[in-house]
Order: sequence, then structure tokens, then C-alpha cells
Amino acid sequence: MASEITTQEYILHHLTNATMCVTDDGVKFSHGEELHNVAEVCAEAGFWVWNIDTMAWSIGLGILFLWLFRKVAKSATSGVPGKTQAFIELVVEFVNDNVRDTFHGKNNLIAPLSLTIFVWVFLMNLMDLVPVDFLPTAAGQIANAATGVDPHHVYMKVVPTTDLNMTLALALGVFFLILFYSIKVKGVGGFMKELTFQPFNHWAFIPVNFILESVTLLARPFSLALRLFGNLYAGELIFILIATLGVWQLPLYFPWAVFHILVIVLQAFIFMMLTIVYLSLAHEDH
Amino acid sequence: MNINATLIGQLIAFIVFVWFCMKYVWPPLLGAIEERQKKIADGLEASVRAEKDLELAQEKATEQLKDAKAQAAEIVEQAKKRASQLEESEKQKAYSEREKIIASGYAEIEAERNRAKEELRSQVAALAVAGAEQILQREIDANAQNDIVEKLVAEL
Repeated sequence: MASEITTQEYILHHLTNATMCVTDDGVKFSHGEELHNVAEVCAEAGFWVWNIDTMAWSIGLGILFLWLFRKVAKSATSGVPGKTQAFIELVVEFVNDNVRDTFHGKNNLIAPLSLTIFVWVFLMNLMDLVPVDFLPTAAGQIANAATGVDPHHVYMKVVPTTDLNMTLALALGVFFLILFYSIKVKGVGGFMKELTFQPFNHWAFIPVNFILESVTLLARPFSLALRLFGNLYAGELIFILIATLGVWQLPLYFPWAVFHILVIVLQAFIFMMLTIVYLSLAHEDH
Repeated sequence: MNINATLIGQLIAFIVFVWFCMKYVWPPLLGAIEERQKKIADGLEASVRAEKDLELAQEKATEQLKDAKAQAAEIVEQAKKRASQLEESEKQKAYSEREKIIASGYAEIEAERNRAKEELRSQVAALAVAGAEQILQREIDANAQNDIVEKLVAEL
């Protein structure tokens, strides 16, 4: 591969999403386009471009998660559990303990929300451990066999969490819940009061308070999204860089993969934990 | 890496997944876990209760054993006492029997002696009378001096 394309092209190829858009000329795909043309294919569609690789992998992994957990949940017994059930219960109990330690109100949404975030994000991060060339090359060969396009012109980013759209969607979902519960628990007035009378409880400080609190509030979804995205994107980039080293990648790939196991679990856990903390704060009435 | 419509698609997927998890995954799993926790708690409680019961039963058994031992000792004591009593009374009885036999022996001897004496007396009287008769045969009628002889016999 390296003989035909430059290292820069190789890296860029790996960081390019498979996109799709509907324009006046019909449905367009990035497949089959030269690397430098990819961005222009859907330029006129503006916002309405779909990263089909992110969508497919994330939804596929989400369905895998729900299918597995649903299967166990349907046959869950309170007697002696099987090995699969024991493992699933381990995860459920881990999430439940964390929720209970942090969130003290009564809410039926937060625990399943946390479980979904933890397992889904973990599974998506886990795709990072699949060798970087494996799935994109397979996709290229399949597309080549099916439609005859140049396999180098097939793009696929396998790790959904290295797509900012993915992490931002999760973070925005959490953000909407923060707003929803803040208003539900404290009322619109109470929420507004929290935004304007903290941290300085005096009417003269209302504008200052509002600016400070708004920044705090808005920083939450962005810090959530960017933290996960940044960690995984950087990890993926290093995997790609290691892959460009030819035979020297072998001693480097393994330690980085081992280290990355820690990162992917930790990032999933942090995303879950911060979600619980933010929603717990939203429930607190001052 | 641009923000595009994928964001909306992912947001919808996220909402659907959370909804599904909340509706169909979380409640049965947590329900099973909580039910098992309750079962285990009940089992532990039952075992603690059983242990206490066992301890109580052992205590009771020890108590009963002690009682039985005390009773046995008492019975043995009573038996010993009764045996000695019996021995004593038996001895007493034998002693009194002996006394009685001795007394009756004495009495018999006495009676025999008295009888012999009586016999002797009557024989002596008869002998004396016979002697006197022979002496007096020559001089007086025996009947006339009978009262004197009687008097003599009585004095014997």
C-alpha cells in the first residue's frame, strides 16, 4: 500500500469518513472519489451530509449491546445465574453502584442511561483495538468486488467515537436531560435564579453571575464531547502512525494497544460518571 | 470531521437506545439481581436463626443432662439409704427374734423346773406321807393327821 500512496495520503485516507448526501443530482457517495475530491462531493449539501460509516458502526454496536443485554434480561433468573448472566449482572451492578453512590434522588432514567452510555461508548471505543487496516481494507475489497471501484477510493472510519458528530450527539443528549431535569425539579424560576444568583448572591452581580453560570453550563456538553473525541482520535491517530512504520510497527503496536485498553474503558467510565454527576447536580435544589 | 447531519442521526439513535434500555433491559436485570439479594439476605438470616436455635438446643440438652445426672445421684443415694435402713431393720428384727427365742427358752426352762419342782413336791409329800404313814401306822389313823401333813407340804 505504501508503495502506491504517500504516508500523508495513507493517514488522511484513514481519517476520512464515508459520506453520503442527497442533492439535486440524486444520492451521492464519497466512494470511488479521489481523496482530495471527497470534501467537494457533498459540498453543496452543506449540513445534510451523513457519515454512513459512523452511523452504521455505532448503531450496529448499539444493537449488539441491546440484543445481548435483552437476551440475558429475558431469561434472567434470580437463582444461580449462568456465566453470561453473571457477567451482564456484573456490568449492571457496577453501573448501579456508581449511580447510587453519586445520585441520591429517585429517577428511573439515570441508571439505564448510564448503562447505555457506558457499554455503548465502551464498545465503540473497543473498535479502536481492531488493527487499523483490517476493516477499511476489507471494505475496500468488498466494494471493489461488488461495484468495481478502486479499493483505495473506499473510505471507512471504524471507530465511531473518533467522529465528533458521535460524541457531540451523546453530549447533547445529556445536555438536554440536564436542562430538562433542572427545569423540572427547580422550575423555570428556580433554574433562572440558579443561573443569576450564583456564585455571588447579590442583585448587582446578576450579569456577572449569568455569564459565569452560562459558561459553566455550556462547557459541560462540550467538555464531555471533546474529551471522548480527543482521547479516541489521538489514540487512533497513533495507531495509524504506528501502522506506517512497516515492520517496526510490531514491537510498538502491542504496548500501545495494551495501554489503549485502559484508555477505552476509562473514557467510557468518565463519560458515564460525568453524566451521572451533571444530572445529580441538575436535581439538587439550592 | 465536520459537524453534519450525522449528529442528528446519532442523537436519535442515542435516544432510542436509552429508551429501549430503560424499558426492556434495565428492569428485568436489576429485578433479578435485587430478588437474588433478597434471597441471599433471607438465607443468611435463616442460618443465623438456625445457629441460635442450635445453641439454645445445646444449652437445653446440657441442662437436661445435668438434671438427669443429679436425679440419678439422688436415686442412688436414696437406694443406699434404703438399703442401710433395710439392713438395720433386718438386724433389729433378727435381734428381737433372738431375744424372743432366748426368752421363750428361759420360760420353758422355768416352766420345766416348776413342773419338776411341783412333781418333786408332790412326790416328796407322798413320800413323807408314806413315811409318816408307815411310822404312824402303828399308832394313829392316817386320816386324823392329814391336815398336819398338808401343812408341812405347803411349807416345803
